[in-house]
Amino acid sequence: MGEASALTTYFNEMYQSDTVRLPYARLEDWTRSMPAELRQMKQAEAESLFRRIGITFAVYGEGGDPDRLIPFDMFPRVFTNAEWTRLERGIKQRARALNAFLLDVYGRGEIVRAGRIPARLVYQNDAYEKAVAGIVPPKGVYSHIVGIDLVRTGPDEFFVLEDNCRTPSGVSYMLENREIMMRMFPELFRENRIEPVDRYPDLLRRTLASVAPPKCNSEPTIVILTPGHFNSAYYEHSFLADLMGVELVEGQDLFVEGEFVWMRTTEGPRKVDVIYRRIDDAYIDPLCFRPDSMLGVPGLMDVYRSGGVSICSAPGAGVADDKAVYTFVPEMIRFYLGEEPILQNVPTWQCAKADDCKYVLENLGELVVKEVHGSGGYGMLVGPKSTAEQIAGFADRIKADPGNYIAQPTLALSTVPTFVEQGIAPRHVDLRPYCLVGERIELVPGGLTRVALKEGSLVVNSSQGGGVKDTWVLAE
Amino acid sequence: MLSRTADNLYWIARYMERAETTARLLEVGARIALLPSSGHGYRSEWDSLLQASGTALGFAHKYGDPVQRNIESYMFFDRDNVSSVASCLFRARENARIVRTALTTQVWDAINTAYQELRELERKPRSELELSRLTEWTMRHSAMVRGAIDATLLRNDGWDFLNLGYHLERADNTARLMDVKYYVLLPRVEFVGSGLDNYQWTTLLRAMSAHRAFHWAYGGEVTARKIAHFLILNPQCPRSLISCAYGTNEHLHRLARGYGRSTEAQSMARNMLAELQDGTVEAVFDEGMHEFLTRFILETGRLGHLVHEAYLSGDVR
Amino acid sequence: MILSVDHRTVYRYTLPVRGIVQSHRLTPSIFDGQKVLDWSVEVSDGQKGGGFRDGAGDWVQAWTVTGPVSEVIVSVRGKVETIDLTGLLRGHKETIPREAYLNATAPTEVDAALAELAAAAEGATDRLDAAHRLCAAVSEAINYEPGVTAAHTTAAEALALGEGVCQDHAHALIAIARRNDLPARYVSGYLHASGDGEPHEAAHAWAEVWIEGLGWIGFDPANGCCPDERYIRLGSGLDAQDAAPIRGISRGSAAEILDVTVAVQAVQQ
Repeated sequence: MGEASALTTYFNEMYQSDTVRLPYARLEDWTRSMPAELRQMKQAEAESLFRRIGITFAVYGEGGDPDRLIPFDMFPRVFTNAEWTRLERGIKQRARALNAFLLDVYGRGEIVRAGRIPARLVYQNDAYEKAVAGIVPPKGVYSHIVGIDLVRTGPDEFFVLEDNCRTPSGVSYMLENREIMMRMFPELFRENRIEPVDRYPDLLRRTLASVAPPKCNSEPTIVILTPGHFNSAYYEHSFLADLMGVELVEGQDLFVEGEFVWMRTTEGPRKVDVIYRRIDDAYIDPLCFRPDSMLGVPGLMDVYRSGGVSICSAPGAGVADDKAVYTFVPEMIRFYLGEEPILQNVPTWQCAKADDCKYVLENLGELVVKEVHGSGGYGMLVGPKSTAEQIAGFADRIKADPGNYIAQPTLALSTVPTFVEQGIAPRHVDLRPYCLVGERIELVPGGLTRVALKEGSLVVNSSQGGGVKDTWVLAE
Repeated sequence: MLSRTADNLYWIARYMERAETTARLLEVGARIALLPSSGHGYRSEWDSLLQASGTALGFAHKYGDPVQRNIESYMFFDRDNVSSVASCLFRARENARIVRTALTTQVWDAINTAYQELRELERKPRSELELSRLTEWTMRHSAMVRGAIDATLLRNDGWDFLNLGYHLERADNTARLMDVKYYVLLPRVEFVGSGLDNYQWTTLLRAMSAHRAFHWAYGGEVTARKIAHFLILNPQCPRSLISCAYGTNEHLHRLARGYGRSTEAQSMARNMLAELQDGTVEAVFDEGMHEFLTRFILETGRLGHLVHEAYLSGDVR
Repeated sequence: MILSVDHRTVYRYTLPVRGIVQSHRLTPSIFDGQKVLDWSVEVSDGQKGGGFRDGAGDWVQAWTVTGPVSEVIVSVRGKVETIDLTGLLRGHKETIPREAYLNATAPTEVDAALAELAAAAEGATDRLDAAHRLCAAVSEAINYEPGVTAAHTTAAEALALGEGVCQDHAHALIAIARRNDLPARYVSGYLHASGDGEPHEAAHAWAEVWIEGLGWIGFDPANGCCPDERYIRLGSGLDAQDAAPIRGISRGSAAEILDVTVAVQAVQQ
C-alpha cells in the first residue's frame, strides 16, 4: 500500500531538525529513561490489560481466535492547547454545517435551489433516504456523533480527509488508551497537564437525552442498538452502554406496539425513547428498508417518523458524509453559517466531472484515487507507489465508471515518534475526534490517533497494519 | 433487566455447571474402568456413560468403539459434542461476552481465563494430558467462577438468574448422575448390594466430591438407601435435590418480591420443594428410584420452561 | 363522480402468530382531483400506532396487533368525490424533490429490451409527448393477462413474457421513463370498473411521470389512458413495494394465507 516517497519531507510533530517541539518537551526524558527491557515489559503489560479488560475487536470466519487486538503504541501524540483550540473551532463549525445541510436537504433543499450543490449529487445519492424527507428530528439534528478524520502536513496545516456522520467507531479506543496510559505511566500525567477525556460517556448520554422525541414527557430511556456480538465493534457498543448506564439491545429485544418502541425486560415491556443505533439505515426496519433484515425492528421507522422515538444518528444522515458530497462541505459552511471554513478540505478532483477526470487520468502517478463509497483503505490507488501496470488497470476502471471515483493529491502526512524494535522512529498518523451534537455541540479534548506502524506506510487503517495512540491535549 | 441479558446470565450458569458435571461423569467412568472386569468388561461401562450423557450416538458416529482415550477427547475437547467441557466453557464464555457489562471484572476474568487456558490445553499433545488433571482443572475453574460470582456480584435480579441457572442445572445433573449409577451402570439386579454396587456408589460420591461428607453424616456401610437419602433428601448435601430446590425457591422468591409479581414458576418450585421436604427414602423406593428420578428430571425441565416463559422469553406482559 | 370503496384484506395464519406490525398507505391523497367524503380504516384487534404525512405527501398510519392471533382483517371503507384532471396531480403537497425519482430499483432495472422500448420516446415533440409515447409503447408490449406474473416479477421479466398485470405495466413505464431522464414513480390506488366490458383491477396501480412545467402526471399503461374520475389515488413510491398500501410483518413461523376483496362502485346521485 501507500508508502512515502523518499524525496518528500514530512512534518515530524516532535522533532524539528534538532530541537524538540514544545508539547513534546517532557516526553524526551521519559523516552530516554526507558530502557528496551522496561519498554517491552510495559508493552506486554498494556497488551494483557487490553485482553483482560476485553477491548478487542472480533473477526469471525477467518479461523483462530476471533478476538483481535489493535496494536497500541505507548508513545502519545500531543497537541498544545492553542493547536487544539483551533481544531476544536474547525470541527464544531464543520459539525454544525453538516447538520444544517442534512436538515436542509430533507426539508426545502435551499442549498440545491441556490445552485450551490448539484441536485443529483444529493437526491440520487444512495444514502439519501426519501423515507425521512420532511421529517424534522428533535433539535433539528441528524448526525449526533460526527467523526472527522484529520491529517496534518505542517505546524498549522490540517486537512479534513473525510467526515463520518453515521456511526463513527473507535471512541472506545480513545477512552481505553487513556485509561491504560494512566495506569501504566501515572508519572507522565503528573508531569504533563493533560486535559481529561473521560467526560465523553457522560456528554454522549446528555447529548442523546437532549434529543428525546416530542412524545417523551419524562426522563428519556436511552438504549444502544447493536447488530450483535458477532459484530467487530461489539466491544465498543457494550463498553459505551456500560459507561453511560444504558441497556445494550439487539433488534430482537425491541418491538413496536401502538405508538411506541418497547424493550423486552424481565418485568415486562419498557418504553424506549432514544436509540443510539450502531446498525446501518438499510437494516433498522424491514418494514421500511431491506425486508430481509433480521437485525432491525419492524415498524421502527413509523414510530420515529410520528415522533415516538429518536434514532441517533437519524436515518438518512449518510448523505452528508459521502465522498462526493465532501467536496461541497466548505460551500455548506459558507452557505449555512456565513463563515469561512477553519479546516481545509483536501483538494479533490471528481472524476464525474469531465475536466477533473481528464486531469486525474493524466496525473494518476501522483494522485491517490478512491472509490466514492469505499472505506477502510480498500479499492484505492496510491499513484506514487504503484506500477505502470497497476495505474493503467486503474485508469480503465475510472473510464468505465468515472462517477465512482475521486482523486486527491498524495498528502505528506505528519509523523509522531513511535516505539519500534530499535527504539523510537517516526510513523505517519491521522486523527479522529468525536464531536457530539444535540442541544449543544460538545467536543472532548482528544480523539483517536491512528498510526501506520509499517515504516513509510501512509495507511493507518487497523485492517491494514495500523495501530492506535493516546492523544493528549495539554492544558494551558 | 433486559430479558435477553437475564437469559445470557442464566445460561452462563447452566453451562458452567454442565461443564463440571461432564468432568465429574468422566471421572466416574475412569474410576469404574479401573475396577477389574466383573464379567462384562469395562467397555460397556464407558458405553453406559455415553448413554447416560445422551451422547452415545454422536460418539459412535465419529469414533466407533468406545475406547477410553476417544471418550476423553469426545467428552472433554470435542466441540461437536454439545455437552463436552470445551463446548460448555466456550458457550458460557460467549454468553458472558454478550453480557460482559452485567458481570464484574472478576467474574469475567474467571470465565475468560478458563477459556484462554482451555485454548492452550487444546494445543497440547493429548499424551501429555492426564484425565485426572483435566477433570481437576475443570472443577478448579468452575469453583473460581462460582467464587467470583458469590464474592463480587451485585445481589440484584441478575444474580438471581445466575443462581437459578446453577440450581436448576445442578438438580438435573445430580438426578441424572444417580440415575446413571442406579439404572445404567449396574448390569443385573442380583448385583444390588454386591461389592461392585458399593464400589460404584462410592465412586459416584467421590465424583461429587461428597464421599467424606457422606461418611461423616452416615457412617458404616454404603447402601443405596443412605445414598438416596443423602443425595435426594438431605439439605446438608450441597448437591442434593432438596438443596437445589431450596436454592431455586430462594431466588424465585427474591425475584417475585423484587418485581412485585409471582408467576407459575414460583408455585411449581414451592410444590417441588414441599414434596421433597415431606419425602422419605421409603416413598422413593416404593415409587422406584428410576421412576422417581425420571419424574424429577421432567419436572425440573418444566420448571426451567416456566422460568423461561416468565422472565427470559421477553414475552412477559 | 362519487366512488364508494369497500376493501377487505384477510390474513389467516396456519398457527397463531405472536404479533403483527403494519404500515398503511390507505388514505386517499389530498389533491384537486379527489375529495374524501368519508373514510375509515379498521384492523381487527388492532392498536393504532403513529400516523404522519410523509415527504411524498401520503398519510402513513402504523398499526399493531398483539398476539397470539390467527386472523387479522383490515377493512377500508369510504366515499370519495372525484373529478377528471386528465392525469394531472394538481394541488398535491410534497417535499421529496423529483430528482429522487430517477434512481432505478430492482424491479425497474433496465435491460436491453427495456432500453429498446425506451427508444419509443425518440422524435417526441416535448416531454409530455414523450411520456405518452412511452405509455403507449408499454401498453403495446405487455398484454394484460392476470396470473402470469407475481409480486416479485421485474419490469424486464414482464416485458420478456409480453404479459402481466397493472404492476408490471407500471414498472415497465417507470423504468423506461427514468431511462429517458424523466422522473417517474409508482402509484397505488383504486379504479372503478366502468362496465365497459374491459377487464379492470379494482385495487389498481399506475405510474406518474414528472413533466417539467406541468408537474406529476399520471399514466395508466394497463388501460392506455391517464387517470380520470374513475381513479382514487392512495400513495406513491419508487416501485410497487415502496408504494404498497399495506406493508406488514408478523412475528411467528406460521404460513400466511391472504384473501383480498375490493369493490369500487359509483354512488347513485
